[in-house]
This record gives sequence, structure tokens and C-alpha cells, in this order.
Amino acid sequence: MTTTRFRELIARNETAHARRRRITNAFMLTVTGFLTVLALVPLFWIVGYVIYRGGRTINLDFFTQLSRPLGMAGGGVLFSIEGTLVIMILACLFAIPPGVLAAFYVARNPNTALGVALRFGTDVLAGVPSIVMGLFIYVLLVVPTKHYSALAGGLALAILMLPTIIRTTEEMLKLVPHTLREGSLGLGAPEWKTSLTVMFPAALNGIITGFLLAIARSIGETAPLLFTALGNEQYDVGTIVRGGIQSHQSLFAIIGRIINQPVDSLPLTLWKYAQQPYPERIDQSWGVALVLMIFVLLIEIIARLWVESRKRALQG
Amino acid sequence: METNIAVTKTVAPSVEAARKMEIRNLSVFYRKFRALAEISVTVLSNKITAIIGPSGCGKSTLLRSFNRMNDLTAGARMDGEILLDGENINTAGVDVVDVRRRVGMVFQRPNPFPKSIYDNVAFGPRLYGIRRRNDLNEIVEKSLRQSALWDEVKDKLHQSGLSLSGGQQQRLCIARALAVEPEVILMDEPASALDPISTLRIEELMHDLVKDYTIIIVTHNMQQAARVSDYTAMMMIDQERAGRMIEFDETNVIFTNPKDKRTEDYVTGRFG
Repeated sequence: MTTTRFRELIARNETAHARRRRITNAFMLTVTGFLTVLALVPLFWIVGYVIYRGGRTINLDFFTQLSRPLGMAGGGVLFSIEGTLVIMILACLFAIPPGVLAAFYVARNPNTALGVALRFGTDVLAGVPSIVMGLFIYVLLVVPTKHYSALAGGLALAILMLPTIIRTTEEMLKLVPHTLREGSLGLGAPEWKTSLTVMFPAALNGIITGFLLAIARSIGETAPLLFTALGNEQYDVGTIVRGGIQSHQSLFAIIGRIINQPVDSLPLTLWKYAQQPYPERIDQSWGVALVLMIFVLLIEIIARLWVESRKRALQG
Repeated sequence: METNIAVTKTVAPSVEAARKMEIRNLSVFYRKFRALAEISVTVLSNKITAIIGPSGCGKSTLLRSFNRMNDLTAGARMDGEILLDGENINTAGVDVVDVRRRVGMVFQRPNPFPKSIYDNVAFGPRLYGIRRRNDLNEIVEKSLRQSALWDEVKDKLHQSGLSLSGGQQQRLCIARALAVEPEVILMDEPASALDPISTLRIEELMHDLVKDYTIIIVTHNMQQAARVSDYTAMMMIDQERAGRMIEFDETNVIFTNPKDKRTEDYVTGRFG
């Protein structure tokens, strides 16, 4: 009886109900579509405008020449590109090994005192404004050595990268099925060997994505470099290496000279150039912005390709 | 409570074969909770021993006691003797690495490492220091032949283990366990994630392997226990939710003429 009554009610309401449903659906679809477009506008606007403004400045010289004095035509930002690479390599060297090892520790011992402290520490560190890292390294390294350097810049960015690396690596390790770990331990493998030869390769794709996030975030940082790397428009790794070889310096001494002097980085150059009142510098700062964007895009593409090929090799 | 009567009966009648492993009065605790109570069971050489019982009765916990895998669970503690060839392996001084080489394990879900088929099988031997290519090649081929997988994979040894089907992956895991020449193989519901045909292949494989190895299998599937095993241990939880062994006997006795009413109810499908 109740079923019949229910059907009756539905039948009576059907026309009105269906119309209201159609109208609501159309309305919501319009709203979500409109807001999606709205959200995409700034994205494409920024990218488009950077390409438009930067594209006019960029040419081959822009990548291969050092800075030239104002008034002289041409010149490039090679110093800045090299500085960025040196700082990022240093930052990765300082951040990735301890970050990954710490993540292994937390993933295996989440409830020990050290594990809890480490987690809490990374969460706090993730929320610290990036300029504080710069100030910290300034006090710790720049003041005692009495000079700015690529080393100090790399350290500041490494601290910035640490929380991202630790947290993503930890999450990725937790995603590895525990049966895989047991399979290895069940064959008699010790814990460290299981971590190294089974867990790490199994989680590697995700871990690499974590590195990328960390790199992409820190490569665009200006604040931590202000009082660590400072800037150096005559920096050129090629010149340092050639000079070093001519005066028969050791490899160690050459590397020392590369990392132990002030350097520029792309966001730092952008920031300095954009502040200047000269139109040619403003144009160059747009060029630098475009180079920076291309950099991030390239890192992203290369890593994605690598991860994809690895995934394909693993899935057969 | 009659549960206590049954635990004293540990060895099936008319035992002639050698005792490979023996558990005496084993209790397993997870922190304060007793998961297994006073289990005693004897595993005979070159026989298949099945452990059956309803979900949550501690079958897997018991199986994982045989190679000290419970050690990996935080807060787990094992009281009692676990004998391998008459020697107690449940003491602090015993090298678990050696125990796990001698007592290998195959898991419920196929868990090949994300490596090539070859590297999966060679993982164990490499762990024990075998490095020479020829030795490894020989071990890999022998293990894959033993697990009846060789003909299917011999041309693609360097493809990922994950590219195989579920049944093939499980046979790869068996080959990986065989590669370190264990004496006992523990199987934790090895076919429960597989289709009927793959299940059949695993069961045939067990029949072949038991000539050279001793096998202990946990299974949910009573027909499987009846088909493959020589001896069967029936487990159930008591009022305190601790797993107890209520009957242990030759498989045909358990399935045709069980002494315990609860075993009869379980194997005839009246509950569970």
C-alpha cells in the first residue's frame, strides 16, 4: 500500500520537480564553468604577459653574456643563470640526503620521542617565513666569515626545502605496501637493506616528485638570498674554472672559489632590475622572469619524463 | 573448558615421519592482549600442514611465529618454545636472519619487489653474498623451474615482476622464497587473491614442492585444506578472544570424523 502511495506522490510531483532539477542543474553548471574560467584568467594572463614582455628581450646573448653597464646595448644574465644553478645544486646537496634519511627514520619510528620531535619540527619549519631562513644563515655563516657567498645562499634554501622533502618522502614511504617490506624481511634481509633496496626504489617516483616541489618552491625565492647570496653581476663559473686551471689550482680550490663568493640568482636579479628606473633594466627583468619560468618548466618536464619511463619499465 | 583438553593432543596418531618443527605451549601477546593461548602443534617433514579456522582466530599469527615474523610487530611478545629440528628458535640468542632463510614465507597477496623477474629471484641469494653471475643464473633458473614459472618467463627475465599476472606473480614470490633453499615454507592464504585456475596451479605446485620441502599453509578455504594438506589444525577463539587450537589431526580425520563438535560444525559449513 505504502509503495503505491509513494508512487502516486512522485507522479504528481514529477513535472514540477523535473523542471526545477533541470533549471538548478543548468544554473550550477553555468556558475562552476564561469568560476573555472575566472580562476584560469590570472594564470594565463601572468604566463602570457611574461612571455610577451620577456620574449622581446630574450635572445641568445641573454643566455651567454654577463651584465653590461647601462647604456651599452646587449648583455645578458648568464651570471644569474649560473648563480641559480650553483645555489640550487648546493641546496639539493645539503637538503636531500639528511631529508631522506630523516624521513626513513620518522616513517619507521613515528612514535618515538625523536620521531615526534622531528615531525613537530618539520611542521613548524614549514610555516616559518622564508626571509627568516636568510636571516638565520646570515647570523650563522655570513657574519662569522665576513662575506656573502653561494654557500650561504644554498644553505638558506636547503633549510627551506627540508620540510617539504621530509614530509613528502615520509608519506611516500608510508604508501609502500607493508607486504613488500615483510617480503624482504621474510627472506632474512636486515632492516637497512630492506629500506635501501626495496622501500626506497618502490617509493622513488613519489620521492622525486617531492624533490621537484621543494626545488620549484625554492628556486623562485628571493628573500632568503638577500643577505646570504647578495648578488654578483660579474660571476662566471667558466672564467673561474679557466683561471683556476691556468694558475694550476687544485679542483678543491676551484670549487671553493665557485661557492665561496657572492652570486646572483634569477629572482634576485629580477628584483634588483625591476627596482631600477631605467627602461632597459625593466625589460631585462621581464626577460629574467621568462628564463625563470622556462627553468621551472624544464625541470618539471625532465623529471616527469623520467618518472614516466621508470613507471613504464616497472609495469612492463 | 574443553579447549584445554584439546591442546594437550598435539601429535596426530601413527606418526612415522620426522618432526621438522614443533611448537610447545606458545602464547603470543600484543601488549597486554593475548592473541594466541597455549598452542602446541607438530609439523612433520615433507608434509603439508594446514591451519584452518574462522577469521580473527590467530591463524596468521601462529604461522608468523614459525619464522619469528611476529617480532616485526611493535609490542608483540612470544612465550613458549618453537623448535626447528629440535632446537628452540624462540630465544634471544638466535639469529633471526638464519631462521628466516631456513623458514621461508609466501604472503597472501603476491608481493613481488618492483624489480625485474630475475632480480626478484636473485634478491635472496645476493643477500647471502652470492655475486657470481653464473651461480645466480643457475639459482634463478632452478627456482623458477621449481615454481613452474620458467617456461612462461624465460624470455623476459629482465622485465618487471609487476608485469606478470596475479597467479604468475605469486609463483614468482614462491620462486623468490625457494631461491634461498629454505627447509620449511610458510604460506599465508597464498591463493586467496587469485582466480580458480591460478589457485589450482598453486595447489599442484604445493604437491610437487612437498617432496623436497615442509609446507605449512593457512587457508580460509576448507576445500583447499582438504585437497592439499596431510594434517590440519583447527583454531578458534575463546571467550577472552585468544586464539586456541581446538583440534589437530590427519586431514581426513578432521574432515570426516572430527572429535570436537565445533570442528564438525565448522568443516560442514554450519558456521564460519
